[in-house]
Amino acid sequence: MLDEIFSPQFVQLSLPPILIGALAAIACALPGNFLVLRRQALIGDAISHVVLPGIVVAFLLTGRVSTWPMMIGATVAALVAAILIEAIRRVGRMEPGAAMGVVFTALFAFGVLLLEQSGSRNVHLDVEHALYGNLESLIWLDANGWGSLFDARALAGLPPELPRLAIVAALIATATALFWRPLAISTFDESYAQSIGLPTRLIAFALVAAAAVAAVAAFEAVGSIIVIAMFVCPPAAARLMTDRLGAQVAWSLLFAVISAVAGYVIAGYGPLWFGLPDAVSAAGMIATISGVILAAACLWGPRRLGAGSAA
Amino acid sequence: MDAFLAALTLRAGYNAALVAIGAGLLGFAAGLVGNFLFLRKRSLVGDAIAHATLPGVALAFLVMVALGGDGRNLAGLLAGSAATAGIGLLAVDWIARRTRLTEDAAIGAVLSAFFGFGVVLMTVIQTLPRGRQAGLESFLLGSTAGMLYLDALIIAGGGALCVSLALLLRRPMTMVSFDPGYAQSRGIDLRAIDLAMMGLVMAVTVVGLKLVGLVLIVALLIIPPAAARFWTDRSERMLWIAGAIGAASGYVGAALSASAPDLPTGPVIVLLCFALFCVSLLLAPERGLLATALRRRAYARALARRDGLLALASRRNLSQTARRVLLADGLIGANGAATPSGVREAALAARDERRWELARTLRDADPAIAAHDGVSPVEKALTADMIAEIDRRLAEG
Repeated sequence: MLDEIFSPQFVQLSLPPILIGALAAIACALPGNFLVLRRQALIGDAISHVVLPGIVVAFLLTGRVSTWPMMIGATVAALVAAILIEAIRRVGRMEPGAAMGVVFTALFAFGVLLLEQSGSRNVHLDVEHALYGNLESLIWLDANGWGSLFDARALAGLPPELPRLAIVAALIATATALFWRPLAISTFDESYAQSIGLPTRLIAFALVAAAAVAAVAAFEAVGSIIVIAMFVCPPAAARLMTDRLGAQVAWSLLFAVISAVAGYVIAGYGPLWFGLPDAVSAAGMIATISGVILAAACLWGPRRLGAGSAA
Repeated sequence: MDAFLAALTLRAGYNAALVAIGAGLLGFAAGLVGNFLFLRKRSLVGDAIAHATLPGVALAFLVMVALGGDGRNLAGLLAGSAATAGIGLLAVDWIARRTRLTEDAAIGAVLSAFFGFGVVLMTVIQTLPRGRQAGLESFLLGSTAGMLYLDALIIAGGGALCVSLALLLRRPMTMVSFDPGYAQSRGIDLRAIDLAMMGLVMAVTVVGLKLVGLVLIVALLIIPPAAARFWTDRSERMLWIAGAIGAASGYVGAALSASAPDLPTGPVIVLLCFALFCVSLLLAPERGLLATALRRRAYARALARRDGLLALASRRNLSQTARRVLLADGLIGANGAATPSGVREAALAARDERRWELARTLRDADPAIAAHDGVSPVEKALTADMIAEIDRRLAEG
């Protein structure tokens, strides 16, 4: 295993996907902490479904599989979905879960139908790709060892998803740190937050917007399944470890990174250990590991029963 | 178009007819069951159950291949899907009850972890020599293309089974959904009924797996009841309307998909369902947008007419809107003077207003009076002898 890490192939083939997976996990888990506390855990699920029609429409308009139009398309789709959910919830006076279910299934169905009809399947845009992502293909051919990390020319050949996700993760981390207190207060006690003059509606909207940005950026690199898993599993597991918000966020980031790294390594090398010739899906394995961590936290987490009843 | 009509009238081959009937039955059952989920505010539990079927499908395939079969036996795959869906359902239930996590977090966690594990198993299958032709991807979004006679039979039979189970459990489920406390006092075991409800969701999901696919099957559970809500507030009617919407989208969607090669079944059924939802939202007579807007307009007009009549009675100036309404109703002439019927109506309105005023000062706690909308005549809220009493006092001054 150690030899593996020092081989040039590791830096070429494994390091970029591991880093991208970890950054995507961090970008999603950060807002996920607050969504889980606010009982909005399924917003990540909804957003990652809704992104598909946005990407397909962007492809049909531009005729190419290129990043920026697709990011814009995905963001517009997320915005349209948010407006539709709110409108249906108000007009139909129904609970948000049902309104969300109506909108995200309909938009996803629309995206799939559009995809099948337009023949865009042939250009490497298909539903399975949208679900599982393609983490394994994000390789760094210009690298020839760890030394390449200090070689400007080699760095230019990094998969573009890596710097993009690094920027998004940094932005979300900065925003979380800057608005920590208002976010925490409005999450735990909304009426108190209102009474001291915090713009709670704006905060709620900004949180969902940050989640959407994280989901769209991560979706493009790693597929929707990691996005959904990272919004919920690491924060939920972290919630069972501690009562303090700061510690919870730290735990969730740790769990997210462990899921991403261990998931990728097990998916890539695990089958070899069992004598199977081919790797399995890294995205699927990362989601699975995050679920295993949550299961362990449910069974043994020190705060699994809540503040009052834990020993 | 001809192909679509043929499929719609069950003339597009025996299998296609079976599938269309099965899809209709499935949609009906999903509408019924979804209605109870909707009222219990647990619609999205169905999404966790649906995604948890994937590892079961893959495991069943692997087991059947290991036993020497070809792994594509639909009954076997569906049995496997039911097994992991059941585990997923119990996991959601356990997390929500035994830990501090809320149900939405439990749903999201089970959904993503089970689905992720299923994806891992799918990639294992793809590396098998026989795995590439397994066609398990069709369980993601549903596909009826090239379906075997036996598969179609399973879907039609499964749909019928779901419908009969849903009808059988209708009464206790209605009671539990509308008033859990009352149901409990009548000796109904809430947990047992809730689990039975989830078992039905599981049955609908498993039967719908091949037709609609696991990503979208939850739509058939959510959209029909959400649409039915615009048509009525009454529980029994809402149930049948939701069932009818589900049945129509299932049947027509399956027929439409059978008639064109690149119309995937699941998305077509879901989009038809959503179209019916939009129609309901706009046009439903009870709570639809159009009906609400018309009612609001009629109320505004009645209010302006009333204002105008009162102004006539007390010889005040008419507002712009009031003048327009009274003119249209023939209560004033073009010169603004009251017509004979206008004089009569104005006197009646003035008397009604005086009755209301006195009623309010006499019995301000009466909800029938407090709820006065400013338009209805006093006869609608009060009994004849109450009005007689009020008139007596008015005459006394």
